[in-house]
Amino acid sequence: MDEMTGHLLELIRLASTDLPADIEDALKAARDKEDPGSRPAAVLDTILENVRMARTRSTPICQDTGLLNFFVKHPPGASHGEFVEAAGKAAAQATEKNYLRPNAVHPVTGKNTGDNTGEGLPIFYFEEGDPGAWEVSLLLKGGGSENVGAQFKLPDPSLQAGRDLDGVRRVMLQAVLQAQGLGCAPGVLGVGIGGDRAGSMALAKKQLLRPLPDRNPDPELASLEAGLLEEANRMGIGPMGLGGRTTVLGVKAGVGHRHPASYFVSLAYFCWAARRRRLVVNEEGVTLA
Amino acid sequence: MRELTIPVDEATTRALEVGEVVSLSGAMVTARDAAHKYMIETFIEGTPAGEDAALHEILKGHLERGVVYHCGPVVAREKDGWRFVAAGPTTSIREEPYEGRVIAHFGLAGVIGKGGMGAGTLAACREHGCVYLHAVGGAATFIADSVKEVLAVHREDLGTPEAFWVIRVEGFPAVVTMDAKGNSLHDGIRDASTAVFRQVLGLSS
Repeated sequence: MDEMTGHLLELIRLASTDLPADIEDALKAARDKEDPGSRPAAVLDTILENVRMARTRSTPICQDTGLLNFFVKHPPGASHGEFVEAAGKAAAQATEKNYLRPNAVHPVTGKNTGDNTGEGLPIFYFEEGDPGAWEVSLLLKGGGSENVGAQFKLPDPSLQAGRDLDGVRRVMLQAVLQAQGLGCAPGVLGVGIGGDRAGSMALAKKQLLRPLPDRNPDPELASLEAGLLEEANRMGIGPMGLGGRTTVLGVKAGVGHRHPASYFVSLAYFCWAARRRRLVVNEEGVTLA
Repeated sequence: MRELTIPVDEATTRALEVGEVVSLSGAMVTARDAAHKYMIETFIEGTPAGEDAALHEILKGHLERGVVYHCGPVVAREKDGWRFVAAGPTTSIREEPYEGRVIAHFGLAGVIGKGGMGAGTLAACREHGCVYLHAVGGAATFIADSVKEVLAVHREDLGTPEAFWVIRVEGFPAVVTMDAKGNSLHDGIRDASTAVFRQVLGLSS
C-alpha cells in the first residue's frame, strides 16, 4: 500500500490543479455563447485563465480544495482498512504540499486537524471490482457547492411537483433558482432519484463522476437531463450568478429503488471547478485519467 | 476599470456604481466565518482585553476605510514568511448576520467576496459609504497572483482558512455588485430568474 499512497498523492494533485478536459471545453463553449466584452464573458475568461495558470503551476484551481470523496472499485477480498490508511497518508502529504487546504474542522471544538483527515474524512464509497484491479475515482467537492445541494420529498404541492419525472424536474429547477451563483455557477447537477435519504444523496453525488458528453442509456432520464439543462439555463442566473446564458454545464441523473412511501430526489451540485480524476492500477500498470 | 488604493475615501466609494469593474491595491484583511463571529463577540458585543485588545487596535488600523476579504486561502510557509498560493473568495452570505455591524464598527470602505449579501449589508453600505465587491469564485490561482505580500497573520489558532491574513495586493480584480446607493445586482438577477422559473413551471406569480 506504500505504492498506493504515492499514486493517490498524484491523483489528488492532478484533481486539485488540472481541470478535466470535458469541463474546460464546456466552459469554453459557454464563453463563446456570451457577447464579447459582456460581464459573463469576462467572468468566464477569468475562470479559463485561472484553469490554465493552475495547470501550468501545479497550484490549486480553487483555494477551497473541498472534501475528498473516493469512489473505490477494489479487487475481491482487498482490505478497506489498508486503503483508508493509504488515502489518509496521501491526503496529509497533499496538504503538506499545498495541493489541499486543511479542511477538516471538528464541529464542537472548531479545531482543524490540519491534514484533511478526521472522523468520517476522507469520504469513501467502496465497491467490489475485478480481480487484480483498483479503480479509484476522486471528487474534490468544495463547501460552497455542497451548501447549495438539496434534498426533496415528493409530492411537493407548492411546486405542483408529483411523484414522477416532471416532479423531479420541478424541484431541481427550484434548487437551481435557490442556488443562484452561490455554488459557483456554471455547475454540474448530479440528480439522485429514489433510494432512502442517504442513498439518494450518494446516488446524486455518484452521477458527478460521469463525463459531460455521455448520454444516459435510459431514454426517459436522458430526456430529463436535456430538458433540465435547457430550462435551468433559461433562468439567466449565469456564471457566478452575475447574469448570463449558462448557469448549468450538465445534468446527470440516476435512479435507485425506493420504499413505497418515500420518493426522495437529491441534488449534488458541482461547482464549475468540477475536480474529478481517476486512477487505475492493474496488471498493465498505473493510469491517471 | 477604476483603480482603487486602500484606504479608500468615502467620496470615492459613494461614487461607485453596480457593474463597475475595479482594481484594488493596498493592504486588506481576510476574514470569514470564525473571524466574523470573533469580531462580533469580542470587539463589538464584548470589551476586548489583553491580546484581543491588541489585535483590535491592529485591525482598526487596517480597516478604517479599509477592506475585508471573505477568503480562506491556501498558504505556503516559506523561509522568511508566507506566500498565498490560492486565494479566491468564499461565499459571503454566511457573514450576513455579522457584516453590517462590522462595516459600522470599523468604518469599512469595501467587502470582497462572492455570491452577494443581503438587506442588512446593503443598508450598512448605504449608511457608511461601503461597497460590496464581487471576485470570481474559484479563480484562486489567478487572484493569488495579485497578492504580493503577506504582512501578518492573526488568530492562526482558528486554522489556516479562518485566520486573519493581512495581505498587500496589487491590481486585485473585482466588480461592484452592491453599491452605496442601495443597488444590488444580485437582487435584480434573483428577481428576473424567479420570474422565468415561475413562467417555466406555470406557477402563478
